[in-house]
Amino acid sequence: MRIVVCVKQVPDPSAVIYDIDKDTKRLVREGVPLALDPGDEVSLEQALRLSEATPDSTITVVSMGPEKATEAIRRALAMGAHEGVLVSDSQIAGSDALSTAKVLAAAISRGPYDIVYCASESSDGYTGMVPGMLAELLGLPLLSFVRHVEVQDGRITANRVIERGYQVIESSLPAVVSIWTGSDRARLPGLKGVMSAKRKPLEVLNLEELGLDPATVGESGARERVLELTDVEQRAAGIIVPDDGTGAARIADLLQKTGAV
Amino acid sequence: MVAEHAVWVYGEARDGRLTPSTRELISRAATLGSATVVLLGVRAEEAAENAGRHGTTAALVDPNPAYDQHLTTPAVEALCYLIRERRPHVLMFGASYHGRDVASRLAARLDCGIIANATEIERSGEDYRVTAPWGERTIATCELTFPGVRLVLFRSKAFSAEEKPSRCEVEEFQAPLSAEAKAVRIVETAEEESGGPSLSDAGVVVSGGRGLGDAESFRKVEELAQLLGGAVGASRGAVDAGWRPAADLVGQSGTTVKPSVYIACGISGAVQHMTGMKNAKVIVAINRDPDAPIFRSADLGIIGDVNKILPQLIEEVRRRKEW
Ligand SMILES: Cc1cc2nc3c(=O)[nH]c(=O)nc-3n(C[C@H](O)[C@H](O)[C@H](O)COP(=O)(O)OP(=O)(O)OC[C@H]3O[C@@H](n4cnc5c(N)ncnc54)[C@H](O)[C@@H]3O)c2cc1C
Ligand SMILES: Cc1cc2nc3c(=O)[nH]c(=O)nc-3n(C[C@H](O)[C@H](O)[C@H](O)COP(=O)(O)OP(=O)(O)OC[C@H]3O[C@@H](n4cnc5c(N)ncnc54)[C@H](O)[C@@H]3O)c2cc1C
Repeated sequence: MRIVVCVKQVPDPSAVIYDIDKDTKRLVREGVPLALDPGDEVSLEQALRLSEATPDSTITVVSMGPEKATEAIRRALAMGAHEGVLVSDSQIAGSDALSTAKVLAAAISRGPYDIVYCASESSDGYTGMVPGMLAELLGLPLLSFVRHVEVQDGRITANRVIERGYQVIESSLPAVVSIWTGSDRARLPGLKGVMSAKRKPLEVLNLEELGLDPATVGESGARERVLELTDVEQRAAGIIVPDDGTGAARIADLLQKTGAV
Repeated sequence: MVAEHAVWVYGEARDGRLTPSTRELISRAATLGSATVVLLGVRAEEAAENAGRHGTTAALVDPNPAYDQHLTTPAVEALCYLIRERRPHVLMFGASYHGRDVASRLAARLDCGIIANATEIERSGEDYRVTAPWGERTIATCELTFPGVRLVLFRSKAFSAEEKPSRCEVEEFQAPLSAEAKAVRIVETAEEESGGPSLSDAGVVVSGGRGLGDAESFRKVEELAQLLGGAVGASRGAVDAGWRPAADLVGQSGTTVKPSVYIACGISGAVQHMTGMKNAKVIVAINRDPDAPIFRSADLGIIGDVNKILPQLIEEVRRRKEW
């Protein structure tokens, strides 16, 4: 099984409040702790399990981002992926979801693959648009918001989250799968994994090497334009008190006042 | 005078009835131009009958069962077909799981891009301006630049559903569907019918998180929700632990709620959770950690043991209801 996992480096969501730089109109990614997106760790976990259950499997992680994103790829390699590809080019900055999908599709199409994993949305941009766009550009079925998959005889069956329950869906391979970000917990890389990750192949490509026209990606390829950024109105500070035995009564008072009781 | 625009909504229905999110979107569409709703699949005609109640003047309906049997792509092909024939100015989607799938795939097929997570849309000359929250402290006003239809995906609860009766012309069409459209087959759909109001519509939502400790303690959350005539929600901590189904998840990956009261029990308040509930009118939080981020957004926060306070609160509410 040739497995591809799309992973993104993001400002560490457990450590950073996401801010937008008013000048560049982009998310602040400099001078903040960065991490492999925890949602992508979960989809990688699923890929690792599939690869462990299927003899002769390889996992390639693919990412688009600045040079620094090699750190996120190394972490994925330490978790157990076999090789990494980073597409990095100054002209990529400012890409929208569609350009991102075009770059990823070009990187993925360089070799054969059976299944492509994404998370259902990233932690920073969280448009959730890349998996569907990627599937469309690759001309593949998308099994979306999936909790787990089973692969047998060239077909894939998946459990998909829907608003009030779940669905069982199936298609042939190759296919794109987006893993619902609430699906699972990811393993921590062990010391052995961290050591071996340093020796695993990690290729860094620019747009020319991918054969992509810079005009179709980055700021110039984006089909959306930000006109204006304004501050969100902050909620007025509330009353926060330790429970001295009257906590429940205080809540009940408020519920009564709002008409909920 | 600006010419009237064709503003379309990709409609979704359940059991022949428009979803709340669709009703919100068509209400807004009707204020922007001549509103058309596209409805696909079995019982689509039934759903279309109600569209006129919210100011929609036309419904385009294809009752082909293929839309219910196969994921995403049949709807993408139908929309592509309609857009090429009729050239609407705007196509609005709701951010349901299905809505996100169809919108993203369509944006790539038309090579036109999309604005996601939007909360407002306004006419600006011959074009549109769309607002969306960006990061935690900023709101962005954006426009789409590629010629052709404007695709916008809205967060649920961005608008309210307004009653505005109008004559709605229902037109049936048959989209030609390719073999590839049927690539992903829906084998089975299992939906849980909860007794109370649905999570996205409830006036009161009581949510529990990992801080409750076990499934047994989560029963108290359910009890309080029932007592208040509200719905039960969950953080990912509780869903991960298996105490509640994924369908109850509140937040970025789950449902967006906008109740008059939101009670968070043993939930830390991670940004992905807050995204889905921060627009509640009143937020109450119970957490034993005084530094829990949830307190930053709470109107009333009680620092203490949720398993002690929740039973007391249930008693207190019960007593006051009997009065
Ligand atoms: C606040 C904010 C709002 C934005 N709004 C829009 C918008 O409305 N429309 C728009 O077109 N763009 C928008 N963007 C830009 C968009 O987020 C970026 O283009 C980004 O590169 C891809 O989108 P995403 O992070 O939203 O991906 P999502 O679609 O949320 O990501 C889902 C999955 O796709 C894969 N993936 C995504 N990006 C990469 C990557 N760089 N490398 C490898 N795998 C990846 C991962 O598996 C990821 O988990 C926005 C950005 C920000 C910061
Ligand atoms: C891409 C992505 C998408 C996500 N989407 C969502 C989403 O849609 N919704 C969501 O909820 N999460 C989402 N998450 C997960 C989110 O980041 C948090 O991990 C999750 O919300 C934490 O759940 P929790 O608050 O129940 O658990 P924890 O963070 O473990 O918090 C438990 C809280 O309970 C308190 N506590 C413990 N014991 C007691 C006690 N006895 N009495 C009172 N308080 C107690 C603790 O102080 C703590 O604050 C997402 C994450 C990612 C990466």
